[in-house]
Amino acid sequence: MNVLILGAKSDISVALSKSLAREGHHLWLAARDVEFLDSLKSDLQIRYGILVDVIQFDATDFTNHQNWFQSLETLPDVVVTVFGYLGEQQVAETSWDEAQKILNVNFVGAVSILNVVASAFVMAKRGIIVGVSSVAGDRGRQSNYIYGSAKAGLSAYLSGLRNRMWHAGVHVVTVKPGFVATKMTEGLDLPPALTASPEQVAELIAEAIKTKKNIVYARGMWRWIMMIIRLIPESVFKRLRL
Amino acid sequence: MAAKKELTNWGNFPSIEGVSMSFRSNDDLRYLINKNTNAIVRGLGRCYGDSSLAATVFSSAGFNKILDFDAAGATILCQSGVSFADLVDFLVPRGFFLPVTPGTKYITVGGAVASDVHGKNHHVDGSFCNHVSEMSLMLDSGQIVICSRVQNSDLFQATCGGMGLTGVIMTVRFGLKRIASDHIEQVSLKAQNLDEVLQLFEQYRRATYSVAWIDCLQKGKTLGRSILMVGEHASTPPPTTNRTQKLSIPFFLPGWVLNKWSVKIFNFLYFHKQIRKKAKSKVRLDAFFYPLDSILHWNRMYGKKGFVQYQFVLPIGAGKEGLREVLTAIADSGRGSFLAVLKVFGKQDTGIISFPMEGYTLALDFPIQSGLFEFLDQLDLLVKKHGGRLYLTKDSRMSASFFESTYETMGEFKTVLRRWAPLGYWQSHQSNRLAMTKP
Ligand SMILES: Cc1cc2nc3c(=O)[nH]c(=O)nc-3n(C[C@H](O)[C@H](O)[C@H](O)COP(=O)(O)OP(=O)(O)OC[C@H]3O[C@@H](n4cnc5c(N)ncnc54)[C@H](O)[C@@H]3O)c2cc1C
Repeated sequence: MNVLILGAKSDISVALSKSLAREGHHLWLAARDVEFLDSLKSDLQIRYGILVDVIQFDATDFTNHQNWFQSLETLPDVVVTVFGYLGEQQVAETSWDEAQKILNVNFVGAVSILNVVASAFVMAKRGIIVGVSSVAGDRGRQSNYIYGSAKAGLSAYLSGLRNRMWHAGVHVVTVKPGFVATKMTEGLDLPPALTASPEQVAELIAEAIKTKKNIVYARGMWRWIMMIIRLIPESVFKRLRL
Repeated sequence: MAAKKELTNWGNFPSIEGVSMSFRSNDDLRYLINKNTNAIVRGLGRCYGDSSLAATVFSSAGFNKILDFDAAGATILCQSGVSFADLVDFLVPRGFFLPVTPGTKYITVGGAVASDVHGKNHHVDGSFCNHVSEMSLMLDSGQIVICSRVQNSDLFQATCGGMGLTGVIMTVRFGLKRIASDHIEQVSLKAQNLDEVLQLFEQYRRATYSVAWIDCLQKGKTLGRSILMVGEHASTPPPTTNRTQKLSIPFFLPGWVLNKWSVKIFNFLYFHKQIRKKAKSKVRLDAFFYPLDSILHWNRMYGKKGFVQYQFVLPIGAGKEGLREVLTAIADSGRGSFLAVLKVFGKQDTGIISFPMEGYTLALDFPIQSGLFEFLDQLDLLVKKHGGRLYLTKDSRMSASFFESTYETMGEFKTVLRRWAPLGYWQSHQSNRLAMTKP
């Protein structure tokens, strides 16, 4: 399979590319930091002897997404969007720059590129799209609702897209990680029992591609945690410090 | 976003409040350098003390890609965060092994260079940096420079064993050992005392690997009672990867578990497990090189207060008497050590402040208890008297004056720092404690 990974610098992407490389897939790694991608490419080629292509990609360069995707040599079989930006909630509450960056990277950028991918897949009547969203999108909480609302938008988008694409034989997977021990969360104190390693998330994604799952929580218990959190009545929820 | 945490290395002492931030590319690191006023790089934190601790730490763990593997020339080019564990997995099935490896594989290539680590083959193969042909370094200006024995050789020599004080080691090319098997032919020999074990070392000086485990509680005629282990790479069977089960010590055992009686019992068992004078066996690479790695987090055995590993080297000339004197002082103190490892070093040519020198090195652990630091200060005096010194990567407590008086090449090292790291950007808790970057 040809797999395009958008946002290939993240820890989850690196783990995912290793997992897919082990199975011998042809990988296209896309992110802004090409120097990083080149190092990852050497590493994957040396260890697993697979084909790897590196392409520069900026999730917020919306106007170029169409051309960018069309310039790929062939249509990929699978497209995975992993790019995201956690940002800082407190800064984003008053700084529009920060808030906009969070919305643009996590939501607008994903919609922009996935619209293009979806059209191409509809034409080809095949393809798998994997969008990495977050449990933060399941309910807005005071500690990260700007990031959370962008991810909520993404989750809703993916849900609608899955619905539309089903009729064209295209599958859409939504991945909702909870806490993941990555560079993005470095320095945060995460509860070990609820925290997944990038490798665990990567395995779940690889598995979801194979078995065409719809919504995957990583780790699985987050499905139940979020279900409970969603069930709390708003009148109570608004008083909580979450 | 990055929050402060208590950071400690393998000895769980000292504990320093600091922020750790990781880099995965040159750009990431440049960004971090600009954002901070000083820092130190940290690999996997397998040094024992404070060499890679500071208020700001740049973690290389994600800078871990293999960039080139040349099987014909038997060399590899790695980013500095690649771990030895990862390399063993990669190399062994392809018929190669690390040229030099310490007693744990959970270290990074950058850490191996910065401490110029030695293995059981120092007497024949030298230290790790002996096998490094070229490396690249990021300076505090964000600029990347290449160095080798011929290009920027002062920087190269200061970086080998330089404890991260010259800059961040980015990529390293080094030579590999070809192996025909993933097993080691091991011979273990009993020695009744110090004279005997040193004689055995001499007798086996051509053996590729040799190391002795010493029972540090023996006195008098049995002082230095030990087991010498020598090894060669087996010529058969064909290489395959090792998979061993891991035991883990999940929490801190209280400090009293390591009182002198438990140490006595441990040493006794270890010594009598092997009844014959000389025993041959064929063991897996992992079992031979990394016996302790099969118990993850064994350092927690020493309890929350942590421990100190005291590793010194004495020059060959002064060696035997010095060793006897230090061993006697240790045995008399009854502070004992769970592990005491004796090794004969060969000649050392790389590194301005690299630790090894031709002579004898002994490494032993001391749980932190009252009176320990005063006792170690006494041991320092003995080490100094015999012309020896301590291994920086194991140290967490020596004094600046003792350090300066035993590392005679510090002046030369500082001259190189003035040229390549004039702003004093790279500082660790250790380098400050020992005034290593003070002009
Ligand atoms: C069980 C055990 C057994 C050991 N046995 C041996 C042995 O037999 N022989 C031996 O020599 N050592 C031995 N050691 C010590 C160990 O090999 C060294 O401390 C090694 O440097 C640890 O590497 P690290 O990647 O964990 O680096 P850290 O411990 O994080 O750092 C060590 C030093 O390297 C510097 N450093 C790390 N990465 C870089 C980089 N990219 N650029 C510049 N500087 C850098 C740090 O600043 C610091 O000064 C042992 C340690 C343990 C825990």
